[in-house]
Amino acid sequence: MVREIQFRLNGKDVSVICDPLKRLLDVLREDLGMVGTKEACGEGECGACSVLRDGAIVTTCMIPMGAVQGCEITTIEGLRETERGKCLIEAFADGGAVQCGFCIPGMVIAAESLLASNPHPTNEQIRHGISGNLCRCTGYDLIVDSIRLASERGNGLW
Amino acid sequence: MRETPIGTPIRRLDAISKASGTQMYLSDYRFDGMLYSRMVRSTVARGRIAAINMPPLPDGYYFITHKDIPEGGVNELYMIKKDYRCFAEGDVRYIGETIGLLVGPDRGVLLDLEQGIVIEYEEGVPSISIEEGLACKGGPFVGDRNLFCDFTIDKGNIDEVLAKAYRVVEDEINTGWQEHVHLETNAAVAEKEGDKFIINISCQCPFYVRKSVAGLMNRPFEDIIVRQTTTGGAFGGKEHFPDILAGPLLVAVNKIGKPIQLVFDRHEDGAFSVKRHPSRTRFKTALDKDGNILGMDIDVVYNAGAYESCSYVVLQRGVFHAAGVYTIPVTRVRGRAVATNTFPSDAFRGFGAPQTLFAIEVHMCHLANELGIDPLELKKRYFNKKGDITVTNGHINDTVVLSEMLQQVMEASGYAQKAATYKPGSGKGIGISFYNHGGAFTGNGEQMIIKAKAKLHRRADGIVAILVGSTEMGQGLQTALAKIVARVLDVDQDRVVYDNPDTSCVADSGPTVASRSTMIVGKLLERAALEMKERWEEPGEIITQAEYQHPEGYPWDQSTFQGDAYITYGWGVCAVEVEVDPLTREVITKGVWSSHDVGVPIDELVVKGQIHGGIIQSLGYAAMEKLENTAKKGFKQVGLSDYIIPTSMDFPAQTATLVHNPYPYGPFGAKGMGELVFNGASAAFIDAVSRAVDTEIRSIPIPPETLTELMKHGA
Ligand code: FES
Ligand code: FES
Repeated sequence: MVREIQFRLNGKDVSVICDPLKRLLDVLREDLGMVGTKEACGEGECGACSVLRDGAIVTTCMIPMGAVQGCEITTIEGLRETERGKCLIEAFADGGAVQCGFCIPGMVIAAESLLASNPHPTNEQIRHGISGNLCRCTGYDLIVDSIRLASERGNGLW
Repeated sequence: MRETPIGTPIRRLDAISKASGTQMYLSDYRFDGMLYSRMVRSTVARGRIAAINMPPLPDGYYFITHKDIPEGGVNELYMIKKDYRCFAEGDVRYIGETIGLLVGPDRGVLLDLEQGIVIEYEEGVPSISIEEGLACKGGPFVGDRNLFCDFTIDKGNIDEVLAKAYRVVEDEINTGWQEHVHLETNAAVAEKEGDKFIINISCQCPFYVRKSVAGLMNRPFEDIIVRQTTTGGAFGGKEHFPDILAGPLLVAVNKIGKPIQLVFDRHEDGAFSVKRHPSRTRFKTALDKDGNILGMDIDVVYNAGAYESCSYVVLQRGVFHAAGVYTIPVTRVRGRAVATNTFPSDAFRGFGAPQTLFAIEVHMCHLANELGIDPLELKKRYFNKKGDITVTNGHINDTVVLSEMLQQVMEASGYAQKAATYKPGSGKGIGISFYNHGGAFTGNGEQMIIKAKAKLHRRADGIVAILVGSTEMGQGLQTALAKIVARVLDVDQDRVVYDNPDTSCVADSGPTVASRSTMIVGKLLERAALEMKERWEEPGEIITQAEYQHPEGYPWDQSTFQGDAYITYGWGVCAVEVEVDPLTREVITKGVWSSHDVGVPIDELVVKGQIHGGIIQSLGYAAMEKLENTAKKGFKQVGLSDYIIPTSMDFPAQTATLVHNPYPYGPFGAKGMGELVFNGASAAFIDAVSRAVDTEIRSIPIPPETLTELMKHGA
């Protein structure tokens, strides 16, 4: 049942031995102690568990470990160490994007994924870019403003 | 140099840790030797437990029930009343009632065990809806009428007014259940430290949790320590509900002696947690021949579910807000909380006010339609003014600036021109609503029940710690309170700290509810800080404290509900513009504009975040958050794929303004605002949709399929 799965996590090689059906979310949070990635629905609806897999945003509650073999995974723990991550976090703080915070690591990942493909999005494009991430606190406006702020401040980063 | 206004935004204290993912929430912690648990719940809405057939439990696994309650402990969770049981015993009253707690080291095994439990019931006939509850379907189970409470308040003699009226307009408005959907589900870890019980829990009110379980555990308060963990949203859903987790966990810890975690998954949190009270509000409005409103007879019924919890208090707030922001010469308001076999209804942002405020707004629109005038024209005539008599024969003490706020919203939204050009039924509509929210506990509750205290501690390292039981749950309280203290002390913001409360260390500043924390606790901290400032030159540590003092001159009689139900209110105006697709009946919201009176904002960005979030939650309530309940299955929409909350694509960017209207008893002039901002957008939305499709709407939510039905068959 179990097998060895190798992948890159935040720039480092990792190998875990587990059931290939085990959720990436559980491996991150429980086996690897990376609890910045949150679980809020467990069924791919809310985006709180988002990470980047080979640069594309995925919900880790829906990703079995078998689908991670050989991939590059970036979590909030990795992103926050980068210039882009720092820029996003600062902009989220200054723009008032953060309330309870439970959706926010996933939102930061979504923002990175958006800006990586579109460094200067319009408000509509930002709304579209975070439409897979639910937030119950903010009504989204200040998150949108904060992502626009990051895109302005981070000229050249993306 | 001019001092910057208090409202100038600062960076929230919790922003960086939350955005960078370093902030820990309950489910992120691991305790040595921690066990996991799963709740075993009733699968029938009403009946007797005939037998519980357990699969064999492997070593190290336990099934905890009422039989495990410590000696001398009582099977109760003491909320407002002592009627809510910790574990079902003999009978069950609703689907989801706690029967027991499975505990053990492996969650997969716990799940298998849960699925192997067979509970046999002798099923009764449940009542689910308000009508079934009132009709005592299946026989009453609370008193002889299924009513937790039934009371009436009169201003003048409505019977005489109705008898003499030129005409009487009757109306009925209904609202549905609403789920909080705090993104962090309910979660707790209980453990023992020496002979003390510790509960680490995502909650709003650590002292409520302590109070609720003391009788169950047969322990004095000091033996139970509640530590709030950073709370990923609450909205009222973590006011009393954490008690439901804490009780069984403590009974289990007492027996097993190891730390035990209980974290709900999303489906459990949706199916088996408290909700907003569904409501039915009926009006009989007396008009004279010129179309003036002479009086209103208002009958309010809330579906309280199977236990009272805080329903009586929720209902009081609903009743006291039943005339909205309007001064109606003569009123009678009757309120009833009916018992049904549904999951108990409980606190949810607005706490009973949104239902009646929605009802009065919709009813005023219907009256305007009857009279053939624009709803705004009718509403304006009855706006509350300072000195007006309320439905409880008290006074409006605020200088009410609704006209100024209306002006702001009219200008921003272009209401007048749009209301005139969008013809009824054209598919386009703009609506407007007015609302308020009484600040803090009703009547003299702050003085008689809560008696809040707040403490400040300048430590040896010179840092000032805020020691209160009030919690940060996303609303920005940590930042608001720390800002007040730093400002009074005139020290740098980073010299003031405010950690999550631990009931063994902080003063009981009362629950984090009722939009009271900035206004009441903030004021106490302002006073404690003023005293500390006077003593600032003293060497070493300084501790200062303040206790709540009720301002003189605001009489209230809690036994008759007469007098000033609230000393002050927050006020709001909201306009919403929609377009309705003629084929699919999909409603597209084109604009949302609002103005609020929160006294003086302590932080404009925090307030803005609350306004935008509250308004979207309110629009979701009206537009899409459909939650059905059946006798056989309980709540139907329990996951986020079925229970639909707004995404970033559902509503457009908002325009929100504030008016400056300082409140003399609040810190820096601030009033409460966390709930106010939920109270009105739903009515503006429904007003807009009603005009766009030229159909009166009497019930929310109204997803497209419901709108289609309504337009086919009429209201
Ligand atoms: S937890 Fe994965 S999408 Fe919600
Ligand atoms: S900040 Fe609370 S869910 Fe987004």
